[in-house]
Amino acid sequence: MNAPAYNFAYLDEQTKRMIRRAILKAIAIPGYQVPFASREMPMPYGWGTGGVQVTAAILGPQDVLKVIDQGSDDTTNAISIRKFFAKTAGVATTTATDEATVIQTRHRIPETALNANQVLVYQVPIPEPLRFLEPRETETRRMHALAEYGLMHVKLYEDIARFGHIATAYAYPVKVNARYVMDPSPTPKFDNPKMDNCPALQLFGAGREKRIYAIPPYTQVVSLDFEDHPFEPYRFNAPCALCAAENSYLDEIVTDDKGGRMFVCSDTDYCESRQAAGHHGSLSAAPYKDKAQEAANG
Amino acid sequence: MTTIAELPPGFADKVLSAQSTFRSVMDAMARPGSVQRIVPMAGTPGPMMRGTAAIALTLFDHDTPLWLDARMAESSDVTKWLKFHTGAPVVQDSSVASFALIGDGGTLPSLERFALGTAEYPDRSTTVIVQVDSLASGRSFELRGPGIDGVATLQASVKPFDLFERLHMNEALFPRGIDVVLVADDAVVAIPRTTRIVSKGS
Repeated sequence: MNAPAYNFAYLDEQTKRMIRRAILKAIAIPGYQVPFASREMPMPYGWGTGGVQVTAAILGPQDVLKVIDQGSDDTTNAISIRKFFAKTAGVATTTATDEATVIQTRHRIPETALNANQVLVYQVPIPEPLRFLEPRETETRRMHALAEYGLMHVKLYEDIARFGHIATAYAYPVKVNARYVMDPSPTPKFDNPKMDNCPALQLFGAGREKRIYAIPPYTQVVSLDFEDHPFEPYRFNAPCALCAAENSYLDEIVTDDKGGRMFVCSDTDYCESRQAAGHHGSLSAAPYKDKAQEAANG
Repeated sequence: MTTIAELPPGFADKVLSAQSTFRSVMDAMARPGSVQRIVPMAGTPGPMMRGTAAIALTLFDHDTPLWLDARMAESSDVTKWLKFHTGAPVVQDSSVASFALIGDGGTLPSLERFALGTAEYPDRSTTVIVQVDSLASGRSFELRGPGIDGVATLQASVKPFDLFERLHMNEALFPRGIDVVLVADDAVVAIPRTTRIVSKGS
C-alpha cells in the first residue's frame, strides 16, 4: 500500500471547507478581515502559514503554482513552500509569472501584469492596519464598523510633521472599494498602484492573527494621502544593474565593505526574462560572456 | 421509508470534486454576473439541482446551520441526503442560518428575515442559494461593482421576479447584507452584496 500520508494539499477537508467559506465572505466584503480558525501548519508562524492555508484551500491539480519571497523565486521561504505543495498536492510549479495560475507571495506583487485567470495569495503578518495605533481588537473592530479612520490620517500627518513627507514606505494603508482601510501586507508602497483595478483576484491570509481578506478583481484600491501630499510610489533612482530596467522595484545589494553597492530588480523572474531578451545592465555578466564566446569562436 | 442505501450518492471523489466546485463558486463570487459551470456531479435528491447538490457537499458541514424553504424541507430525500452527506443542522429560524436553500423562489421570504451580519461582523450573514429557471435566457440585467470590469450583463429567468430589486437593500446595508448564489442546473452566478443591478428589460 502506498496510501498518501496526507490529504491532497495537506489540509483536511473540514478545514478547507471552513477556509473556503471565509474566502467567499472575504470576496463579498472587500477589505474586511474575516476571522477563521487558522490551523497549525508544519512551518512556524511568520513563514507564511496564512498564505499557505489559503493556497491549500483553493489549489487544484490543474493549477500551476509560483511562490515568491520579496519578489524572488529562489529564497528559502519560496522554495520550501513551492516544494511543500509539489509534494502534498502534486501540482506543477513555475517561476514564470505569466505561466502561473496561483501565485503565493511574501511582500511583493510581480512586475509582469497579472491576468484574469490568476489568483494572487499574500502572506500577511499583521492584517490589522490600525493595530499599532490602537492595540485593542474590540476598538479597532468598532472603528472599522463606523469607518472611523481619522487615526490613520493622523499617523500619516505625523509623518509629514516630522519628516516633511509621508515616510511610510511599506504596508502603506489603502482604502478598498471606498469603505474599508486595509493593510496591503508589508509590500513596498511601490506596489500599491498594482492593486487598483487589478484583473486578478487577490487573497490575503494571516495565519497567526487568524484573518482572511480579499480584493476582488477590478476593485478600486486607493492609497491614503492628502491633497497637498499626494501618494507617491517610491523607487531608487537607478536602473537595474543586471537588466537595465527603469521601472521595476529595486533591491539594494551591498557588494563590499567600502561602500560599494548595486541595485537589482527584486522580481527575479522579471529580471531574468529581460536579460534573456537581451537587456543588459552595467554590472551584467552577459557582455563578458558574449566576449568570451566571441574570443572562443575566433 | 428511504434507507441510506437508497440515498443518492455524494461526490465520487470528495477531495477534488469539492475543490473544483469551490473554484467555480469562488470565480462566480469574484466576478459577479459571470456564469460559471460546476463540473463534478453528485446525486440530486428530490428538487435539488446538480449545482446545488455540489455546492452543498462543498460548503456545508456541522458548523453551518441551514435554512430550507418549504419546497426543500418537505422533501424527506433532501433532508436525509443533507444530513447524511453534510451533517449540517437544519434550523427553523432563518436569522441564524449560514446558508439558505431556496427550491422555489416564488416563496422566498423577506430578505430581512435572514442573517444580515452586524456592523462589527458583517461576515456573519446568510448566503442564500436560489434555484432559478435559467441563467442563459430571460430578462437582461446590467451589473456593476467590485469584480466587474465596467459593466457586466446577465440574462436570467429568476423567481421571485423582483429578486434583484429586493437586493437593492444591500446598498444601504453595506457592509452588512445578503450574498446570493443563483443556480440553474450546473450553471452558477453569484451576486455578492457589493453588486448593483439594473434591469434592462427582456
